Parts: sequence; structure tokens; C-alpha cells
Amino acid sequence: MLKLQNVHTHYGKIEALKGVSLEVKEGEIVSLIGANGAGKSTLLMTVCGDPRASSGKILFEGNDITQANTPDIMRSGLAIVPEGRRVFAGLTVLENLHMGGFFTNKQEFESTLEHVFKLFPRLRERQSQRSGTMSGGEQQMLAIGRALMTKPRMIFLDEPSLGLAPIIINQIFEIIEQLRDEGMTVFLVEQNANQALRLADRGYVLENGEVVLQDTGDNLLVNEDVRKAYLGG
Amino acid sequence: MKDKFFPALIAGIVTFVLAFPLLGLSIVADGLTLGLEGADTKTLGYIALASLAVFFFQLWKSNIVAVAKSIPLPKKAYSSPAARSQSQRDKREKLFTLIVVALALVWPFFASRGNVDLATLVLIYVMLGLGLNIVVGLAGLLDLGYVAFYAVGAYSYALLYQYFGLSFWVCLPLAGLFAAIFGFILGFPVLRLRGDYLAIVTLGFGEIIRILLNNWTHLTGGPNGIGSIPKPSLFGLEFGRRAKEEGNVPFHEFFSIDYNSGYKVIFLYLLALLLVLFTIFVIRRLMRMPVGRAWEALREDEIACRSLGLNRTIIKLSAFTIGASFAGFAGAFFSARQGFISPESFTFIESAIILAIVVLGGMGSQLGIILAAVAMTVLPELAREFQEYRMLMFGLMMVLMMIWRPQGLLPMKRRHMELTNG
Repeated sequence: MLKLQNVHTHYGKIEALKGVSLEVKEGEIVSLIGANGAGKSTLLMTVCGDPRASSGKILFEGNDITQANTPDIMRSGLAIVPEGRRVFAGLTVLENLHMGGFFTNKQEFESTLEHVFKLFPRLRERQSQRSGTMSGGEQQMLAIGRALMTKPRMIFLDEPSLGLAPIIINQIFEIIEQLRDEGMTVFLVEQNANQALRLADRGYVLENGEVVLQDTGDNLLVNEDVRKAYLGG
Repeated sequence: MKDKFFPALIAGIVTFVLAFPLLGLSIVADGLTLGLEGADTKTLGYIALASLAVFFFQLWKSNIVAVAKSIPLPKKAYSSPAARSQSQRDKREKLFTLIVVALALVWPFFASRGNVDLATLVLIYVMLGLGLNIVVGLAGLLDLGYVAFYAVGAYSYALLYQYFGLSFWVCLPLAGLFAAIFGFILGFPVLRLRGDYLAIVTLGFGEIIRILLNNWTHLTGGPNGIGSIPKPSLFGLEFGRRAKEEGNVPFHEFFSIDYNSGYKVIFLYLLALLLVLFTIFVIRRLMRMPVGRAWEALREDEIACRSLGLNRTIIKLSAFTIGASFAGFAGAFFSARQGFISPESFTFIESAIILAIVVLGGMGSQLGIILAAVAMTVLPELAREFQEYRMLMFGLMMVLMMIWRPQGLLPMKRRHMELTNG
């Protein structure tokens, strides 16, 4: 579904991605783990077209999106839940979801909204609350819900467990699994390697802008190097 | 008390040190040399009094603040229990609006000429405030050069009349259009800018327009301005004693009543009211449309906006363009009302006042902006007797306002939307 072929990305003169190749197949959960500054977020941003890849190819459903504009990429069936949630704090929950469904028609909107409310009953309860006044977990749910409102076929999650209590993290991961069961393709970027790999069908390990390991989630969980570097021994 | 005594003493002394040379000494020309002369004892007494006042205020500051805190803040305009549904609230709001509009329509026939004239000025500022509110309050783009669009609107009408003899009613939409074009042009270079940088560029743009108008003498008349701009007519009826344009009939002759210059003032007021109502209506509509929500979303988080596939270029440009067009309407009306315009009318202070209206009113809230426009225009007029201290009081008012209600008079309330199948 998504294919990166030898992608290089530069911030000015600094090379953040040094020839990354990876693939996400339809209906999979793929996790990308790596330390701070490994280039995880850069990889996501490159797929979204900001910054653009300086060389290499990015294919989404067979279409070359390497040089496409960010708005066009984001409207092509791909959604991202940005790091740190980034809900529109001054807007109500429902207005946030309206922003997600900006390009859908009324009927599609209503049915997608119903779907999101079914996934996150909490959002229905809080629909007229300002989203900035909600807890971190609720905001994360809203961020995911908002991304789902764009009716994506593939969803990117950038550190969804950031700053959340373990019990909330479990809830979020359950939702991710549920999404996969509904046929959504999920690309998960996480520092919380343990949970991310447990959930994933396949995983990639990114180090200094390069993919150093790739395997099934279960195999990576027991891999000696991964255990040492990311799972605390 | 003891630990407050010395800071208070220092504050008092500083006041004296500052005030004495500024107010207590005056320079007198003594032939070719300049001499210093002490002011009269009365002034010196005032300075001493002021220093003492500062001293005692600092000394008892915590007590004073405590007393001030205990003054109850004004309750919300209408207390709305959560139980009341949105539709009921909408109905009340509608009724309230109708009453206010009816009062505003009838009022000028009973008020004095001067007051109606002042009200017209208020309405111009309401229009400007509402327009700038789109850019600053909703889209969150700090624009310090909004007066430029006002100037563009005003000069559009003045120049189109002067060179092509076009009437007010033709020029009004054109003025809006020209201002919108300028908003669009300004929008492009500032797309990438945010915060302080945006403020500086817009500030520069405002000055560029003013200086251009000032120096392009053979087109705009430069600092001499443009005079004898005609007042708007009512379907060909003019409000002067005699019709200026051929084919037009003076208003009083048409209805065969006695000439009264007050009619013109009332007509202008009603016209301004109409424009304001139009502005309110359009902006309310925009705010409830997806584009209005997109402006707010862009203000809240640009990255999240982009992640949803929204094009920030279009959103920002639309905010600038639509915001500017209302300043264009206001400008055209302003030049028609004044009959004379010059670059003097479009200095930075105007931008600052309009921005103050938006901030004072509570960013994003229309009712708040209307109240703030009234306050910002009427209070300085009322305080005219204080002459040079007027701006001082104005500043004091702003400072107090920021302490007591930093979110503005009536901060924007979110609409509670109800789902059809909740």
C-alpha cells in the first residue's frame, strides 16, 4: 500500500534520512521504532510532503507522491495523527471532528461521525466541550477520531502513547487493533517499543536515519539487539 | 507594613524626580538665551500631592487590590442554564437582536444631530472592528496595517468619483473589491510569516499605503487630500439644499417638506447601520460555514490543519481578502460622510484603535466588538473636556480592562451544535 524506495531527506545540509526503504501492506499494522533523533518523525513528515524527499521514491497505492503537495497527499486517503495530539484547543470536540471531515459531504460526514463516536463513546459525551479542557487521553482519542473523519484507508500514528497513563495507552492500542480489524492499514511510530512491537505485524528499527532491522513484530521482540537497545535488556 | 515602606518611599521619590523637571520647570526665552524658571506654587503643590498619592498607594496596595477584587464583576449578559437548549437560546438572541435593531432605527429621529453623527462614527468603527476580527480574532493573524484597506476603500470612491464621476452606490462594491485585491496582494508575502514578523510586515504595508497616498500628488492630491466628495443619494434623491447632479431631485422637494440638514445626518446614520447589519450578517454566516471554522482551526494549530489536508495558503488569503473588503466598504462610506479625505485620516493610530476594539471586545465575539467600538469611540468624545489628558485616561482604561477582563468584554462563546441523531 505504501512503499518507500531509498528515500533521502535533508534539512538544509543535514541528512536526516539516509536512504530509507520500507513497505506497508494493506491491512497491516507496521511499527517503526527508534531512539530520539533517529528520524522517525522526519520519515512521517517526508511521506506527507513537508519536507520533500531529496531523492528516492514514495508510492501510495501505486501512485508516486514524492513530489506532490501536502494538501493533495493528505486528501488522497492517508491520514496522520500528529505527535503531541495537536487538537484545536479552542474549538469544541464536534468542531474538531468537523475539521477532520472538511472535504466529505454531509451524508459521509454523518456516517463517519457515528463510526467515530462508536469507537470513542467518550467523544460523544463531550461533543460540545472545548477540546483543550479535556484530559490527555481524551485529546488523543479526539486526534485519532479527527484523523478518521477524513475517511482514510491508511492512518499514521506519531507517538500516540506520548505522556499518557498506562491504562489509557492500553485503551488506545486496543482501538488501533480494532481499526486494523476493520481493514484499516496502520503505520505506528513509537518510542514505547514493547507495546508497539507486540501489536505490530511487522516492525522496522530506525537508527540515525537508516533502517537497521526489519522483521515481524514477535521476532523483533525477542531480538537480542532490540531488547538491549529499546526494551531495557 | 515595614517591608512595604521602603519600596513605597522609593516609588514616591521616583514620581517626584520624574514629575518635577517635566512639569515643575519651564523653559523661558530670555532674549537670545534660554532660562529655566520654576512653575507656580500651585503646580508644585500638585506634584507633591501626586508623589504622596503614589507613596500611599504603594504602601496600601494590597489592601486596595483586595477591595477592588471584592467588587463583583459584571455577570454574563444572559445567564444561560445548561438546561436551556440551543434553539431556545437562538430564539432569545433573535428577539434581542430585533429589539436592538428597532431601537437603533428609531433612535436618530429623537436624538440630537451631534449624537447621531457620533453614532455614525461608531458604526464605521464597528464595521472596521468586525472586519479586522476575521483576520485577528478568527484567523489569528496579527494585522497592524488594517487601516491601509480602509484607506484603499476611501480613496477608491474619492478617485473614481473625481476621475470618472461614478456615484457612491457604484463605488461601494468597487471599493470593497479594490480593498479585497489589496488584501490578496498583501496576503501573498506574509503567508509564511507568523506572530511578530507578520505584525511588522503588515505595519509596514499600512505605512506604505499612507506614504504612497501622501506622495503621489498628481493622482491623489497628496497631503491636500481630495475634497467635495458627494454624499450618497437615496435612489437619486439628494440631501443637499439643491441637487448637484442633473436629473437628481433634492429629498425635501420630492416629499415637499421643508429643507432640514438633519435629514442628511440621519440618512447617513441609517446607511451606516444598514452596512453594519450587512457586515454582521455576512460574517455570522461565514463563521458558521466551514471556512469560518477553518480560520479558527488555523489559529489554533497550523500543523494539525495541514495534516487534515487543508490548504493554509487558501485559508490565510481568504481571511485577509474578506477582512480587507469590509474595510473597503467602511472606507467608501467614510469618504462619502466626510466629503473630504487626506492621508492624515489613515495613520497608524487608526489601526491601533481598530485592533484595540477587537482585543477589548473579546477576540472573535461580534457583540463584544460592537460594545468595544462604542466604548472606544464614545468615551474619548465624552472625555473631550479633559483635553490633553484624554489619551491618558484612555490608556488607564485599557490597563484596568486588561487586569479585570483580560479575555475582553464578551469573549467568544462556542455554539453548541446538536446532532440530528444524537
